[in-house]
Amino acid sequence: MRRAKAAVAPYLLALPAWIWFAIFFVVPIAAMASVSLTTGNILEGFQQTLSFSNYADAVGQYHVQLIRSLIYGGTATVIMLLLAYPVAYWIAFKGGRRKSMYLFLLLLPFFVSFVLRTISWGFLLADDGILFGPLKSAGLLPGDFHVLATDVAVIGGLTYNFLPFMVLPIYVALGRVDPRVIEAAYDLYASRWAAFRKVVLPLSLPGVFAGVLMTFVPATADPVNARVLGGTGNTMIGNIIQTEYMTNNDYPTASALSFTLMAVLLVGIFAYARSLGTENVLEAAAR
Amino acid sequence: MTKTQAGAEGATAPSAAPQVPAIELDGVVKEYLAHGEVVQAVKGVTLSIAEGEFFSLLGPSGCGKTTTMRMIAGFEDPSRGAVRLRGQDVTDVPPNKRDVNMVFQSYALFPHMNVWENVAFGLRRRKVAEADIKRRVGEMLEIVDLTGREKRRPREMSGGQQQRVALARALVNRPRALLLDEPLGALDLKLRQAMQIELKRIQREVGITFVYVTHDQSEALTMSDRIAVMNNGLIEQLAPPREIYERPATTFVAGFIGTSNLLTGEVERVADGHAVLKAGEDGRVLVAGGAHRAGDPVAITVRPEKIMISTEEPAGEVSAVRGTVSEVVYLGTYNSYVVGLPGGAEVTVFQQNAHDSSSTAERGDSVWLSWQPQHSYAIGS
Ligand SMILES: Nc1ncnc2c1ncn2[C@@H]1O[C@H](COP(=O)(O)OP(=O)(O)OP(=O)(O)O)[C@@H](O)[C@H]1O
Ligand SMILES: [Mg+2]
Repeated sequence: MRRAKAAVAPYLLALPAWIWFAIFFVVPIAAMASVSLTTGNILEGFQQTLSFSNYADAVGQYHVQLIRSLIYGGTATVIMLLLAYPVAYWIAFKGGRRKSMYLFLLLLPFFVSFVLRTISWGFLLADDGILFGPLKSAGLLPGDFHVLATDVAVIGGLTYNFLPFMVLPIYVALGRVDPRVIEAAYDLYASRWAAFRKVVLPLSLPGVFAGVLMTFVPATADPVNARVLGGTGNTMIGNIIQTEYMTNNDYPTASALSFTLMAVLLVGIFAYARSLGTENVLEAAAR
Repeated sequence: MTKTQAGAEGATAPSAAPQVPAIELDGVVKEYLAHGEVVQAVKGVTLSIAEGEFFSLLGPSGCGKTTTMRMIAGFEDPSRGAVRLRGQDVTDVPPNKRDVNMVFQSYALFPHMNVWENVAFGLRRRKVAEADIKRRVGEMLEIVDLTGREKRRPREMSGGQQQRVALARALVNRPRALLLDEPLGALDLKLRQAMQIELKRIQREVGITFVYVTHDQSEALTMSDRIAVMNNGLIEQLAPPREIYERPATTFVAGFIGTSNLLTGEVERVADGHAVLKAGEDGRVLVAGGAHRAGDPVAITVRPEKIMISTEEPAGEVSAVRGTVSEVVYLGTYNSYVVGLPGGAEVTVFQQNAHDSSSTAERGDSVWLSWQPQHSYAIGS
């Protein structure tokens, strides 16, 4: 009897979470999936017609923004990785007793609202703002130089906004590498570079994997950076979905685009997991 | 400067001067700064380890064994003093350029590599030809009895198997010396004893200098050619096991090595080449060697297995003291007695259970203890 109770307990404890998950995740997803196959408009109402052509139409109309989003998200993720790894490495191995302070400093800007932070980037990068204004009047930059409303601004904003989500998991993974194992590599004639490449880097890959997952997905779908820092030529798929839904009230198109984005991201993530060696990553991550 | 060290790959042939020690520590001191205070982990160690020797560093926890070993491996820079490998000063040479390999206390196997990759790591770093790597790793795995388990990950192996992988990973490089930091510490008694024999066999087979760190005195005594007993950052005694055991140089060594009885007294007279100490009413302790004069205070140790128990007063030129048995413990092939002396001291005696199963003395019995003069060992300090 006691044993039976003990066996059931974990399920009972997990039940509220599963119910929450079912109500607030599965139901809305199913509802959106259903909406994505309807036809009609806001005035006359929408009818379920199982019109899969919504998908073809949406992708046909907005593939440019979809591809642009993947490029922006991917580029930002690569830059984040290149910036985050050294920082995480430095904090993990050279941080000493101040580790938690460095992590706190890294997270400090995130006590300010996401949108406000992005808007202040807008001020910073404005054509005649505090950064470029003085440089232009000093003649160091041409008068028509601008960053705002370019690819650079949007990718820069994405990189800045999601960087900590790349640093943290890599830091955690590096922190779990046994220093004796690194010493063993040196002992076995490895140079610093060989010890990093053959031991530290592979052992930190689960953190890299988690970091890429946690940054690439939200960065690709993000509407804020493109709206605040981008111009008309930098619209991302997140902006389109928002406009279709909020402004045009074209719910089927917005839903179809959302699902397309989700499918593309899932395929991308699975391909990525495979290329990194699923077994390795999951095994190491499970430890 | 480091080329000769790393370039000596596989050179097991005797050098021009075979009497050059494999490892030398010359007045090595290691200081740490802990909470603004200087802590001396190693306070001045000088030793010289011969080629092919099985050398143990023995001592209680925190006495500086690991620190000493890490200075030989190159993971710690000595605050003062020098480290020499085969006569070459390597004090400033990084670990990856030193021709010694280490087996870590926790094994420190590469968790993301299988057994084969772990063992091949050092050879790969030294750019050994792939065919040679294949052959040498195969041979090494055979020596440590892990053939057929090449594809296993460290996590999928028992403690004893992991230990053998760690050993193979170091030995396959044919280093000048192998440094082992309590390699058997994590194993249970039975496996530990099996691995002790195994280690000894491997050492004989490959003929490499072993520096072995342990705080287990029986392990050190059974395996080593020589032992350095450390205490508090200093070497208390450096000698072969028998000498350490039978003639401990200090009271610390006597207390640390095995069970030893410590008796103190004043020299009564010197006769026939031994000093005689008075012990109780009618007892006497004989100490061989004539370095003592009447009136000298002397401390001696006697090993429990050197003492005889009898009910009658023993005759002849032997030490003889009287006491009362306070404890008898049956330990299989022998009994352990604790005998209280009139002065309050207690003496432990081991007596073989050779003749019959009944013990020669019971609790509360009044007995005589006797031993040969040469088994009284006067302690230097
Ligand atoms: N990095 C360090 N900083 C400060 N003190 C240290 C450091 N490393 C070691 N010590 C101190 O130096 C002394 C010797 O340590 P060491 O690790 O050499 O002992 P050990 O003989 O190997 O002990 P054990 O048998 O427990 O492994 C200890 O008192 C320890 O606290
Ligand atoms: Mg130690």
